[in-house]
Amino acid sequence: MTTNTAAPERLRPVRRTRTNNARRRESLTALGMATPAVVLLIVFLVVPVALAFALAFTDARLISPTPARFVGLRNFTQLFEDPVFYKSLRNTVYFAVVVVPLQAGLALVLALLVNAKVRGVNFFRTVYFLPVVTSMVVVSLLWTFLYREDGLVNRVISTLTLGHVQGPDWLGDPATAMPAIILMSVWQGVGFHMIIWLAGLQTIPAELYEAAELDGATPWHRFRHVTWPGLRATRTFVLVTITIAAFSLFTQIRVMTQGGPLDSTTTVVFQAVRTGYDQQQTAYAAAISLVFFLLVLTVSLIQRFLTREKD
Amino acid sequence: MVFRTRRLAAASVAAAAATALVAGCASGSGGNSSGASGDTLTLWTHNAGNSAELDVVKKIIKDFNGSQDKYTVKLQSFPQTDYNNSVVAAASARKLPCLLDVDGPNVANWAWGGYLAPIDVAGSEVPVSDQLDSTVGTYRDKLYSFGFYDVSLAFFARKSVLNENGIRIPTMDKPWTKGEFDAALAKLKKSGKFAYPLEMGTGGSGEWWPYAYSPQLQSFGGDLIDRDGYKTASGTLDGKESVEWGNWFRSLVTKGYLAKKSGADPNKDFLAGKSAIQWDGSWNAAKNAEKLGDDLAIIPPVDFGKGPKIGGASWQWAMSSTCSNKDGAQEWLKFSRQTKYFVDYAKATSTIPATDEAATQIEDYRPGGKFAVLGRFAQKYATLRPVTPAYPYISTEFQKAAQDILAGADPKTALGQAAKNIDNNLKTNNNYSG
Repeated sequence: MTTNTAAPERLRPVRRTRTNNARRRESLTALGMATPAVVLLIVFLVVPVALAFALAFTDARLISPTPARFVGLRNFTQLFEDPVFYKSLRNTVYFAVVVVPLQAGLALVLALLVNAKVRGVNFFRTVYFLPVVTSMVVVSLLWTFLYREDGLVNRVISTLTLGHVQGPDWLGDPATAMPAIILMSVWQGVGFHMIIWLAGLQTIPAELYEAAELDGATPWHRFRHVTWPGLRATRTFVLVTITIAAFSLFTQIRVMTQGGPLDSTTTVVFQAVRTGYDQQQTAYAAAISLVFFLLVLTVSLIQRFLTREKD
Repeated sequence: MVFRTRRLAAASVAAAAATALVAGCASGSGGNSSGASGDTLTLWTHNAGNSAELDVVKKIIKDFNGSQDKYTVKLQSFPQTDYNNSVVAAASARKLPCLLDVDGPNVANWAWGGYLAPIDVAGSEVPVSDQLDSTVGTYRDKLYSFGFYDVSLAFFARKSVLNENGIRIPTMDKPWTKGEFDAALAKLKKSGKFAYPLEMGTGGSGEWWPYAYSPQLQSFGGDLIDRDGYKTASGTLDGKESVEWGNWFRSLVTKGYLAKKSGADPNKDFLAGKSAIQWDGSWNAAKNAEKLGDDLAIIPPVDFGKGPKIGGASWQWAMSSTCSNKDGAQEWLKFSRQTKYFVDYAKATSTIPATDEAATQIEDYRPGGKFAVLGRFAQKYATLRPVTPAYPYISTEFQKAAQDILAGADPKTALGQAAKNIDNNLKTNNNYSG
């Protein structure tokens, strides 16, 4: 009797402590695991962003004997009167609008190709992925040589047309500079998104294709009704990452054209870096960054809204 | 259980490591602000990778450390491309070394920004007054820096090519005029042997643009800024003479005399015979002479109306304002001012020695020497880039305007915009009076 009643009473609190202990241990583990990321996030993201917000309203300079003073909206009024800023904005949008569909589409085509079950497919996967692991600075330097007036690209054009067509000075002509950079950027970045698409493709169950085939679906129908809906999550991811990467176009510009000729390749990030470091105008650069931040935020929110789960 | 504890421990270690790393970064700026510990002074130079010049610096340090018991100077060298950024970063963290070198045109900016302290080198072997003006850095009548050498720009050409085309080889007494120069380029272009007869290093970047082309602008009668008080660029940088320069500069490209963007190594292209006349620094004189021998013509800059001009000032030595052992730093600076070191520098780097006395000890630069004429260019034609803290800003604006002009922008508009931006910068910075 006593043992019967005592047992549950003794057991219950013991069980409770065990759950509590386990839970506490679990949350401690979670905390321990999150800490490094959180600390890094705060130090390298939250603090700089907060600083940029604050600096944009001052006259802070990179080198200055006087402390920064609050100047209100002066940096922003100056920015909205700056013709180069509008060119930067236009070029950035131009780059993004062309690169996002082009790179995403091309990457999907490549992914479909290397998803086929044929021999040597790993070789092609590697080939397409190779530019991704090469530093953008190296790629940019290399392509600068290819794009020269007497460079390889023009030699190839000349040879293919039996000397009838003389290619332009790709990076020296305002009309061709940005398209040239777009082409190179897509070439460099396409492999990365090919891999993402490939991962997406491989999550689609093979049975669906078998069923579709039994139903007599053509390859196009199979793509339209099996592959495309199956890539839903991947699609959103690819779209958002390419868009953000396209907006932050910088390295290629810095190495290849320095924003020229005639501002035809200057971008918002390039202008911010040039202003902040080369021209020592820290506060003005912070203002540019702030506008850039709002721009990317807006576009990302619109994309999130358009690609949201509707059901 | 055991597994979980181990995982937690691992996570904590990782977290602790990350925190320590971050904390380490933060505390880096909180240390002492001396640049010297006791009588050991640190010296920074941009010469990593440039062994010829670095060896001279090392030699002076070794001699100095051996010459007395009190102070010890320690060397730290940086690659040139990272040097200025390192100095700016160190200055923000108040961690500048006691002694550092600085590119001539930046002296005013760094002095104004409070990085540099005025120096007093009275009583050293070589008096400052003996030096080429362009090798001394002053700001607001105070001496902040001095260099051991300068470089000079010149035109290089082959005498044989000029003679073949009936082009006069100019001298310092009678330099080329604008008309003569244009006619010479027209002849060379017509000869059909050169895709671009003139090579001015238009593929270069950064400080090369103002260094190489603003002297030509000055020879037309224009300038980067109104040097009377350094308060405005409008009316000067976009004035009539400056626009004339812009039109001429643009015409070089439209007439096919000059490549809009020259190759990776302009000097190599010149030596290979791809171009007839090269506008280049004295640092390539020795290499050119070695390849071309007596056929090499070293030609003074063109007189576009206001006399031939070249840029002045190269790297110079200075002392930081946060140095806790200024006596020691000045001791080193004074000690280094011996003629033999001026000679060592010039010999090691094939540059122009900063004093006449040093020049007499170098075969190529003594009167009558192979490159003595380059020294006379530096003496007679050198114009300092504007001595104002605004210079780094002016430099970037001029660079952009000049690049835009070559790419086809209207010179008046491009220079006008640059002048407007500079004025705006001066205004928002209260004319750098702070």
